[in-house]
Amino acid sequence: MKRLALSDEILLSVDKPARYIGNEINSISKDPSQVDIRFAMCFPDVYEIGMSHLGIQILYDMFNKREDVYCERVYSPWMDLHQILKGRKIPLFALESQDPIRDFDFLGITLQYEMCYTNVVQTLDLSGIPCLAKDRGGDDPFVIGGGPCAYNPEPLADFFDLFYIGEGETSYDALFDIYKAWKASGKGRDAFLRQAARVPGIYVPSLYQVSYREDGTIAEFSPIEAGVPAKIDKQVALELTDTPYPAKPLVPFIQATQDRVVLEIQRGCIRGCRFCQAGMIYRPTREKSVDTLKRYAEEMLKNTGHEEISLSSLSSSDYTDLKELVEFLIARFHGKGVNISLPSLRIDAFSLDVMGKVQDIKKSSLTFAPEAGSQRLRDVINKGLTEEVILEGADAAFAGGWQKVKLYFMLGLPTETKEDQEAIASLANQIAVRYYEIPKEMRNGKCQITISTSFFVPKPFTPFQWVGMHSKEHYLDCAKTVNEAVKAQLNKKSIRYNWHEADVTVLEGVLARGDRRLGAVILRAYEKGCLFDAWSDFFDYGKWKEAFLETGIDPDFYTLRERSLEETLPWDFIDAGVTKTFLQREYQNALAGKITPNCRVQCGGCGVGKYQGGVCVADSD
Amino acid sequence: MRIRIKFKKYGVMKFVGHLDMMRYFQKCMRRADIAIAYSEGFRPHQIMSFAAPLGVGATSDGEYLDIEVTSTKSSRESLLALNKVMADGVLALSYRKLGDTDKKAMAAVAAADYTLWIKDGYQAPAMDYQAALQEFFYQPKEILVTKQTKKSVKTLDLKKLVYDFQVEVKEGRPIFYLKVSAGSVDNLKPELVMAAFYEFLGMDFNPLSIQVHRNDLYGEQNGELKPFDEMGEEIG
Ligand code: SF4
Repeated sequence: MKRLALSDEILLSVDKPARYIGNEINSISKDPSQVDIRFAMCFPDVYEIGMSHLGIQILYDMFNKREDVYCERVYSPWMDLHQILKGRKIPLFALESQDPIRDFDFLGITLQYEMCYTNVVQTLDLSGIPCLAKDRGGDDPFVIGGGPCAYNPEPLADFFDLFYIGEGETSYDALFDIYKAWKASGKGRDAFLRQAARVPGIYVPSLYQVSYREDGTIAEFSPIEAGVPAKIDKQVALELTDTPYPAKPLVPFIQATQDRVVLEIQRGCIRGCRFCQAGMIYRPTREKSVDTLKRYAEEMLKNTGHEEISLSSLSSSDYTDLKELVEFLIARFHGKGVNISLPSLRIDAFSLDVMGKVQDIKKSSLTFAPEAGSQRLRDVINKGLTEEVILEGADAAFAGGWQKVKLYFMLGLPTETKEDQEAIASLANQIAVRYYEIPKEMRNGKCQITISTSFFVPKPFTPFQWVGMHSKEHYLDCAKTVNEAVKAQLNKKSIRYNWHEADVTVLEGVLARGDRRLGAVILRAYEKGCLFDAWSDFFDYGKWKEAFLETGIDPDFYTLRERSLEETLPWDFIDAGVTKTFLQREYQNALAGKITPNCRVQCGGCGVGKYQGGVCVADSD
Repeated sequence: MRIRIKFKKYGVMKFVGHLDMMRYFQKCMRRADIAIAYSEGFRPHQIMSFAAPLGVGATSDGEYLDIEVTSTKSSRESLLALNKVMADGVLALSYRKLGDTDKKAMAAVAAADYTLWIKDGYQAPAMDYQAALQEFFYQPKEILVTKQTKKSVKTLDLKKLVYDFQVEVKEGRPIFYLKVSAGSVDNLKPELVMAAFYEFLGMDFNPLSIQVHRNDLYGEQNGELKPFDEMGEEIG
């Protein structure tokens, strides 16, 4: 019988003990003595969130296909267990073998959002691995980071031995092979890191040095010795259809956020919204063949027993064979106990038709993400959604029987004015007007329009990577403006408005575009008890403020400041495919309110064409 | 057609709670290709019901669920199919077709058998357990205990609800056997009996120190208790 790392007494005194026992359907069990490499894969947030993440499932499956690797999982222990592990000095363990993480060869941590950075430190701390890479030695695991936040790894540079920049499918095999040879050689840690630094996509922060100008900006960022590449190339899996995909994903016992089969239909997005980091770093857009997807849908539903299947992509409507795929799913599974969920669809005749088939219209709501209230501002951010399209979509939806509409916007966008903010409320009002234009006897009571706003955080490798952010007070003022404008609308009773906290936005802004000096702040914040910052129940900006003060770091330097186009940015050493020239051009276009067409209409020359794949080559034949 | 499935729950699966076990079995049915019937409506759900929830931390040799199927293979084949897709710690033991007049699992439960022991790492107080049990359970005419629920405090007479109570001492450690009333009317948790016993002995009761193991469930037929797995029939 399986041995557990935690006693019954501990497990029965914490919330949801099944988070810590492993043993899930489709989890992998190997004999650790029969493998060369033990890899602990961590999602630094609570189990239910981490288990829902597709990327980990892909790598878990891929690594374990290698006979010489045993990949296991670890998630952040929830606050209750955190206290117990810390108090009793019980080392953090992997779910499969229940063995301590510190005995592994690698600890891989996926970085999906900035607000998990204190959980990264928690993972190291609870594992008993020195938090700072420079203090590690001997048998300590190599700590490697990946995921979208690794596109600016610098704020976490102190904590990681390596980063993997880009999609995991391409370079891990090479890294593992080098590791095995190094392990057999008996050489020191440095020897491995030097060799790893030559693997495409691998960044070893300790092999680079940074100097700063008096004004705090970067003077120079360079390798400390010859043979270490000055630029790190992001990794792209060009033939997406043929890359490994888990036909047997893990099925948790407790309800995860995603309790369903997730079918990744494409990677990347052709649209080029200027605020969207995913739309830039996952270029070029690559589609999977529809036949492969059909096969995966069958297999994955069979192997998991899930009762729902969901399509995953940044913009599903742009998938070429969407109609064929959706019609297949409906014909094959609808009415057979499988729900079909279709997120990120543009509202049009086709999507309303299929959603009418797979959803309960009365209960479900339709989602629009105009992101900005006015056409002027939508042109600035290159969100090619016009008012006309939104209103026509709403008309069609109301005619189809829907009454609930959700609208998503951002506040604090570059060039945004009070008029743009107020336009959010009037757009919602116009949608309501369209609803009430339907003859009374044909409608079903009131319509419900929910506006949600988040505050815009500029991200690396987007055309807005240079722009300044605002103070917390300014953000709250923006929300207040919208709120008042909503109250002034004729149909205010049909409109609800939610907005986000502003403290979190400011911190996210600091960490997103920060440099190496932030490591000290993150460590200090963790020491002060900051953890699960992505959870509003736990987020404590007061402690973060103290951490900034005590480490002598000014958060405003990272947020409020507009960077000059000449400045060396902390992430400039990464080649993410999109060129700096393109991003600058897009920034200028934004300021001029000039739209850039999507990749299928016209290539914008972003630089990603050099990979010779996906949408960049698809249209040329 | 209604089917009753018996299963055991052991090992690390004792940490998976009742609601999650229900979700677990729903997915098992799909993985094992059991032709389970679905309800009508936009979000059809499987027609499935469990006999008696088992608390987190307890293990069992006798758990039951009823399902409705549109067709079925033999008991043997169905068991094989189910056990092929089970997690470590759950094993399907029987798969039997119920008669039209058989009550639903939940309504049929009348009693449950439990074994309880002190877990490793906890002291087993030295005493004459047989004598203590005589004095606590067999001599009095009634044993009144209070049961606290979310809504109310109820007084129960253990003499009426505990059908059997035995103790055996192995290597100085006691093992208790209990047969208690179970089901929707008078459900008695074995921990409550143990707590009363400990209190009688003047000892602190730490629920974490006791492993609860359910042996089986019983239904009632002509005033007698009948093991659950004798209900229904094998499918050839
Ligand atoms: S090179 Fe052109 S087609 Fe390819 S991603 Fe960039 S803009 Fe789109």
